[in-house]
Amino acid sequence: MKKFWGFVIKECLHLLRDYRTMIILVGMPIAQVILFGFAIRNELDSLRIGILDNSRDNVTTEITSKLLSSGYFILDGYFNRHEEIEAAFEGGRIKEAVVFGSSFAEDILRDNRADIQIITDASEPNMANLALSYTSGIIQNYAASLSEEQQIPLSIGTEVKMLYNEEMKSVFMFVPGIMALILMLISAMMTSITIAREKELGTLEVLLASPLKPLQIILGKVAPYLLLSMINVAFILIVSTTVFGMPIRGSLLLLVAECALFIMTALSLGILISAISNSMQVAMAISLVGLMLPTVLLSGFIFPVENMPYALQVFSHILPAKWFLIIIKNIMLKGTGFAYIWKETGILLFMTAVLLTVSIKKFKIRL
Amino acid sequence: MNSIEVKNICKSYKDTKALEDISFEVKKGEIFGLIGPDGAGKTTLFRILTTLLLKDSGSAGVEGFDVEKDYKAIRRIIGYMPGRFSLYQDLSVEENLNFFATVFDTTVKANYELIKDIYVQLEPFKTRRAGKLSGGMKQKLALCCALIHQPEILFLDEPTTGVDPVSRKEFWEMLKKLKDKGITILVSTPYMDEAFLCDRIALIQSGRIMDINTLEGIILKFPKKLYAIKSDNMYKLNSDLKECGMCDTVYIFGEYLHLTPKSSECSGLEDYLSEKGHTGIEISQIKATVEDCFMDLMSRHGSTNNE
Repeated sequence: MKKFWGFVIKECLHLLRDYRTMIILVGMPIAQVILFGFAIRNELDSLRIGILDNSRDNVTTEITSKLLSSGYFILDGYFNRHEEIEAAFEGGRIKEAVVFGSSFAEDILRDNRADIQIITDASEPNMANLALSYTSGIIQNYAASLSEEQQIPLSIGTEVKMLYNEEMKSVFMFVPGIMALILMLISAMMTSITIAREKELGTLEVLLASPLKPLQIILGKVAPYLLLSMINVAFILIVSTTVFGMPIRGSLLLLVAECALFIMTALSLGILISAISNSMQVAMAISLVGLMLPTVLLSGFIFPVENMPYALQVFSHILPAKWFLIIIKNIMLKGTGFAYIWKETGILLFMTAVLLTVSIKKFKIRL
Repeated sequence: MNSIEVKNICKSYKDTKALEDISFEVKKGEIFGLIGPDGAGKTTLFRILTTLLLKDSGSAGVEGFDVEKDYKAIRRIIGYMPGRFSLYQDLSVEENLNFFATVFDTTVKANYELIKDIYVQLEPFKTRRAGKLSGGMKQKLALCCALIHQPEILFLDEPTTGVDPVSRKEFWEMLKKLKDKGITILVSTPYMDEAFLCDRIALIQSGRIMDINTLEGIILKFPKKLYAIKSDNMYKLNSDLKECGMCDTVYIFGEYLHLTPKSSECSGLEDYLSEKGHTGIEISQIKATVEDCFMDLMSRHGSTNNE
């Protein structure tokens, strides 16, 4: 055990000495979250919408003006008939349509509730989802203020219709995606070069000729990066909740534990790459091409898995990031507990165990 | 009792034979020198003995342990200093030493006595990064790190290569002291002049051991008479001697030429050189040096194999 801690201390010193890399490793996640966050905001700056108001009473006009004065939406025009909506979507003139039922104000005063239909163009899932959440946010806000005014609990139901990708299952959710990407980058890529670096510098020769066991070397390499990655998780969560209002509906403890698990998976992947490659360049190339690109493109981070060709869908199963994304979305957005994600957790645990075992077996005890 | 026993070891890398049929023993508590030029196979031999490489055939044991079966036991009792500087350049002197101490489940304090003589020289720089030390200091630090767990055998692969003459001398004095403490030392070097510091030496060339003996033993075996010659025009002297047909070999050794005559005497040589217009001629018979022996063995081995 003393040997192990000695090794961990040594690895930490390496990290601290290389302060340029440290700054990148800690600064990059924050920069990425902020960049992605604002890029998405800007898109909603002037989203063109159309309105079909079958009621044209004081409540619907008030909601309409609230929507338009929010700054997120620009009115393309009023529709008179339902058929016109589809034509407007197909012509690409609008990205969202809001439909009020007839006798909207009467309904709300008589039944204490009324329904609005929101139709979005889900061929751009990210934008559609954001537009939707902004629209319903504004409407719910209005409903709340209205019920206060009237002293009776009112509710306005929003009926959502996604055109062209109706289930909206794999909406691009940037925070979980970024989290997966950053953790993959730091954990897998950085560890993948550490053993290769010792090989290149010749220091591995002395380590091998010592009584250190492969497990001690491998875990000793992993430990500092686990710590560093957890710090990054904290930063990403803080920035995304405070700056962008990302919710954490589920248990924070569970979220952190799942992040730690994913980090371990990524670290063992990195170690495996490191154990089989002889130079830092090879290790870097393998982790870039073999890990980063699939994580970005195939995990469901940018493109929904459901929209991929079948072969790629099958391939996406072996990507740890895919399972991690499901877990994170469940915890953060749906607020589900462990009962709903035990399967994905199990898969990640299994992957970690296999990867670690293979890397220990693959770790050469000789030069 | 032998510390190292090597029998008929062979090792090839793809097409090149690195070691061919190497056999030797190192007695407990002696300094054994492997002397040979770059590419002779010294490092390969070291790596096999330190359990880092697998041999193709033959057998090798360190302190009675087999280098393949009992590699874990060997790794506990040896100190190894590779030819390339193999400490962490971004860690300080102290941190490197502490790290290697913990790797062997010990502390610097517990073994301070053994490394004290060397470490006092490093102490003023203990917070300096290892990468910023001078060549000689680096080697001293590497030796400290290899010694920190009180090994029974030290493997030093070219510890003095690239080190200035003063540091080299100091380094060998340290080895002598370690020997007095009962540590067996296997050391390799390309410098022939370091041979006299070893108890016994093996001359190695192209993967073969040409001779193993004490330094005196090797020199006594030198088969011919050897003369040192000097004149005012050394360049012309060299070519004239090669042309004259009276000499077997002529090599430049510093300010003298060493030559072995074909006949047993070289009485006509001085006259021949005077005729050629040489002035200030000095000829004297000398005792062979390791280098003469090495050259001689090399030329003879070269004629018996085709490499």
